[in-house]
Amino acid sequence: MASTVGEMRVHLDAEKCQGHNRCYALAPEIFDVDDYGQAVLLIEGDVPADLHDKARLAASNCPEYAITITDNG
Amino acid sequence: MSVDESSATNADIPFIDPDRVTPIIRDTPEYADVWQRVPYDPDDYGPVSDFATDFDHADPSYNPNAPEVWKALRESGCPVAHSDRYGGMWAPVTHDTVHEIAYDTENFTSRSVIVSVGRPGDLALPAPIGVAPPITSDPPFHGIARRLLLPPFAPKQIEPWEEEVQRLCNKLLDEMGEIVPGETTIDAAVQYAQNIPVNVIGRMLGFPEEDEELFRKFVHDVIERITEEPGTKEGMEDLGQYIEAQIADHRANPRDDLTSYLLDVEIEGNKLDDQVAGGMIILLLIAGIDTTWSAIGSSLWHLAQSPDDVQRMLDDPEVVPFAIEEFLRAYAPVTMARMVAQDVDFHGCPMKQDDWVLLPFPAANRDPKKFEDPDTFIIDREENRHAAFGLGIHRCLGSNLARLELRVAIEEFIKRFPKFELVGETSWSGGQIRGPREMPVRILDVAT
Repeated sequence: MASTVGEMRVHLDAEKCQGHNRCYALAPEIFDVDDYGQAVLLIEGDVPADLHDKARLAASNCPEYAITITDNG
Repeated sequence: MSVDESSATNADIPFIDPDRVTPIIRDTPEYADVWQRVPYDPDDYGPVSDFATDFDHADPSYNPNAPEVWKALRESGCPVAHSDRYGGMWAPVTHDTVHEIAYDTENFTSRSVIVSVGRPGDLALPAPIGVAPPITSDPPFHGIARRLLLPPFAPKQIEPWEEEVQRLCNKLLDEMGEIVPGETTIDAAVQYAQNIPVNVIGRMLGFPEEDEELFRKFVHDVIERITEEPGTKEGMEDLGQYIEAQIADHRANPRDDLTSYLLDVEIEGNKLDDQVAGGMIILLLIAGIDTTWSAIGSSLWHLAQSPDDVQRMLDDPEVVPFAIEEFLRAYAPVTMARMVAQDVDFHGCPMKQDDWVLLPFPAANRDPKKFEDPDTFIIDREENRHAAFGLGIHRCLGSNLARLELRVAIEEFIKRFPKFELVGETSWSGGQIRGPREMPVRILDVAT
């Protein structure tokens, strides 16, 4: 399937998040943290192309595997 | 946090009988029922000869060589080591097994998280609360206790401490006096690393700064004196009395600190029982001290032998956050523990109720199935799902503070001393917290 450049979505599983805070540190444009230190996803729709690397970095550093990335083809 | 935990109310909590007068923490013969002796006499055992069948994390040869021990166990096809010591103990050394046990709060209780010759007895705060909530708690109480403590340790509450930590680190560096490059030797563990977390947590709790030496003693008593006879550990008695005095003082003179916060906070309209509040205060005091100091010490131990990594951190600020996570992966200081809640067969291991189970997160961090080239320190490692702060519901409450202290401590040290090397013997801690306790380094260059 041919992939369309620029289409990416980030999914955060709030049940899995334990507040390690890695995503907020690595990609604050995409993740915030609430008063309890739990991750909050800031971008619900398509992630801008210039943040794709940061999104992948956040996903691949989550110790609880709470973040997944969908690259839409 | 699961829905079950956050929606639990007081009605779900087995609250302690208000008429009970058991003090917070005691360890004298009079209170022998707080800690029960396990059937294990350390004198019956010598040094460990085979870690697969006679694992002992308190053996003096363990902490200095732990990565080699884990590697040898994994390569010999032993994902879970066993020991008859401490009345029966298991030690998983792969990421998969550590992860599975950390997530399984049904079969593995947190009732006691420090392996020792004493188990919490009939007079200790029972499950699911435990003596030092929420680290010793199980669901559903765990979630309730944790929710009280998460806000003061959330990232945005901790960030403002950066300047204070910087000031403290520089004060410690100044106090080392005149440094003659190539000649002066300092102890980076004793004169530097160990003083940083003790100061910060003492201030957060609102305890007198002059008591710092006492806090280090409490940490030693609780975490390292694990083979001493329960009922005779006077240090535990001292700790219990100290906390009771602090609670009394804060009750008489409430102020803006974590101790007053815990005495004032309510769950569903009820203030915390003194034992619960006191247990939480003990956790905050003990858990952040030698853990963070060990991480700082181990990182400096690495850098003393890796001048290229020091230079890279100085030249490229963007690599620093990655370097910090790699320190945490490669030199994770904390091994937690669980107790087996009921007899369970764990992948062929016949675990019996009340057996200890170590959770060596540092071993999980060096599992080649999870980390490429795990025994190599890769300063800009891109994928790094390390478990230094644990996995699952007990993720280290103070991780944001620990990370801040570690980063600032390393940054300030290498800014001041861009070149340094190990000299003489580094001595390592014994037991579940791994890090240098004495680490002489020769300063080779001082920034002007």
